[in-house]
Amino acid sequence: MELLEFARGPALTFAITIFIAGIVFRIVSLFALWRTKDSSAGSPREKSAFSAALREVIRRLWPQAVYKQDTMFELVNGYVFHIGLAIIVFALAPHILFFKDLIGLSWPSLPNNVIYAVSIITMVSLIAALVMRYANPAQRIISTFDDWFSWLVTFLPVLTGIIATSHLGARYETLLGLHILSVALLLIWLPFGKLMHFFLVFVTRSQTGAHLSHRGAQL
Amino acid sequence: MNANTQTVSDAQAAANKFLALNSGNLAAYLEACIHCGQCANACHFYEVTGDPKYTPAYKLFPMAKAHRKTKWPWSWFGGPSVTEEDLQHWEELIFDSCTMCGRCTQVCPMGIDIASIVAASRQAFAAAGRGPEDLREAAENVLTKGSPLGVTPAVFDGRVEWLEDDYEVDLPLDREKAEVLLTVSSIEMMKYPKSIVAMARLMNQARVDWTFSTEGYESTNFGFLSGKPHIAKHAIEKIVGAAEKIGAKTVVIPECGHAYGVLRWSGANILGRPLPFQVLHITEFLAQLKKEGKLKFNKVEGSLTYHDPCQISRRGGATEAARYLLEDCTDFREMTPTGNFNWCCGGGGGVQAMSRAADLRHKVFQIKMKQVEDTGADMLISACANCRLTMDDSKAYWKWDHELESLVELLAENLVEDHPHPFDAKPHLATNV
Ligand code: SF4
Ligand code: SF4
Ligand code: SF4
Repeated sequence: MELLEFARGPALTFAITIFIAGIVFRIVSLFALWRTKDSSAGSPREKSAFSAALREVIRRLWPQAVYKQDTMFELVNGYVFHIGLAIIVFALAPHILFFKDLIGLSWPSLPNNVIYAVSIITMVSLIAALVMRYANPAQRIISTFDDWFSWLVTFLPVLTGIIATSHLGARYETLLGLHILSVALLLIWLPFGKLMHFFLVFVTRSQTGAHLSHRGAQL
Repeated sequence: MNANTQTVSDAQAAANKFLALNSGNLAAYLEACIHCGQCANACHFYEVTGDPKYTPAYKLFPMAKAHRKTKWPWSWFGGPSVTEEDLQHWEELIFDSCTMCGRCTQVCPMGIDIASIVAASRQAFAAAGRGPEDLREAAENVLTKGSPLGVTPAVFDGRVEWLEDDYEVDLPLDREKAEVLLTVSSIEMMKYPKSIVAMARLMNQARVDWTFSTEGYESTNFGFLSGKPHIAKHAIEKIVGAAEKIGAKTVVIPECGHAYGVLRWSGANILGRPLPFQVLHITEFLAQLKKEGKLKFNKVEGSLTYHDPCQISRRGGATEAARYLLEDCTDFREMTPTGNFNWCCGGGGGVQAMSRAADLRHKVFQIKMKQVEDTGADMLISACANCRLTMDDSKAYWKWDHELESLVELLAENLVEDHPHPFDAKPHLATNV
């Protein structure tokens, strides 16, 4: 019982604090840097920066036909674990209860066995991503501590979640405590590494979209 | 010893330069890379070698390291600094094996513009005294001789005169006032002078009010390619000075991809003020003239295909201009992939000027040979003298016998000409482009 209390209490509070402060700080520090001003005359085809940015954010949800074949595995696998994680986080009944406690909102859940299946698929997909990272030379050479560790802290909550709900090994309270601790670890790490891409993706796609549209070189 | 006079190590000089260039835009790119490796699929250097070091994202590493060293939150962990070994290891990747073609950006799920990080990295490496010797020399020539290939104003003047005599064409030089300033690349001047003649014939036929200027004729920018911003600026100032003096409203860039990219999209930024004229690539300019009915062409016989210079199509936005000009061809065949997705020739970004990169370039050209052969076309056309030189070099290396020609030369050959010397006849009939 003590582990669960600790995980639910101080550990989670601490993690959420770091999570929020870290993200805010990271965003502020990025936008505090000077930004280049482009004084070149735009192409007659230039769109407003906002619409060019929005267009690019949406367009890059799917690869250009030329590159589809080469990137298909990563594309599909990427979508599988991103959507899988979103379903697990937001559609499991106990998670919704947790959010209700935290922010006062709630929404309908999916049945537990559906989430269970999604979790298995997500785990398989994450493992496939890991194997790819190791086996594909292009990915491997650019892999750093951040990549391996970010994978681990993403994987652990899914794994501990499955173990806890299937009551494997230890007492449920202990398993749940471990699950919450793994989530705390994820929250703490998130602002410090590549997982910030959840936010940065909008920045970089927008930048490039506006940049290309300025040149009339929109794809 | 006074801190100011202390010598800074090369690695430190590079790190300082990285940080000086580290705008929020570039930092966002550096931070956003998820190391997914997708970009490798788009890079011709990876495509032909399969060597993982050519993964585009790997080229971000030195600058990312400098960035992490100083920027929160990583600086808390006291990350490692950029070292001499890093510079040694990455020099080849930042210079010899990146043509800044922008293909990797197309495939990157984050939309990271690796070419702009490579351009900044070249400046940092140059600050540490790094970069291929011949590229650096070409850049120094710009300062001392006014051109990377040593085309001084006197040489330019002499070549223009020689071309006028030999080809019986009017090449107006140093007219006091003109609407249009035409520039050249010294690659053309030295190796493909016919394309200069071709541009002149097209301009004259359309009765454009144009001139060359001995004060600003060189449009290539080796200062930019070698990471020497003061040389880049010097080259731009010369063109701007010449254009202002003659009151040109338009500066036309010849068949040269990076010359167009640098002046058109970075010129104002490097200069620190908007350019007082519009910049058009020769294909854009000719397309305008054709649209206005000022140029007419005979049907072009024979099958041909077009190589898109990256800086003109993918990164320049002028993809359609060449197609419009090639409309009159009876048998025009597109490569696969084409247009904005076309493969690079392998010699952009100054790679053509690096002799030590020749083998790698030749390997890359295999992609182009295959693309052309798949179309079954007899002739390959391009609109960049740098691409052309790269491809001519590799053609010879592989003993590949396809015909390779420049777009302006093809157009001039098939031009419907009604005035042999129209320029002398009616100089006041200027176009308002
Ligand atoms: S810009 Fe072109 S050459 Fe450079 S890394 Fe990207 S794909 Fe490769
Ligand atoms: S595709 Fe983009 S995000 Fe992925 S490794 Fe390359 S640069 Fe990084
Ligand atoms: S030399 Fe030609 S193909 Fe190659 S990068 Fe420049 S424009 Fe691209």
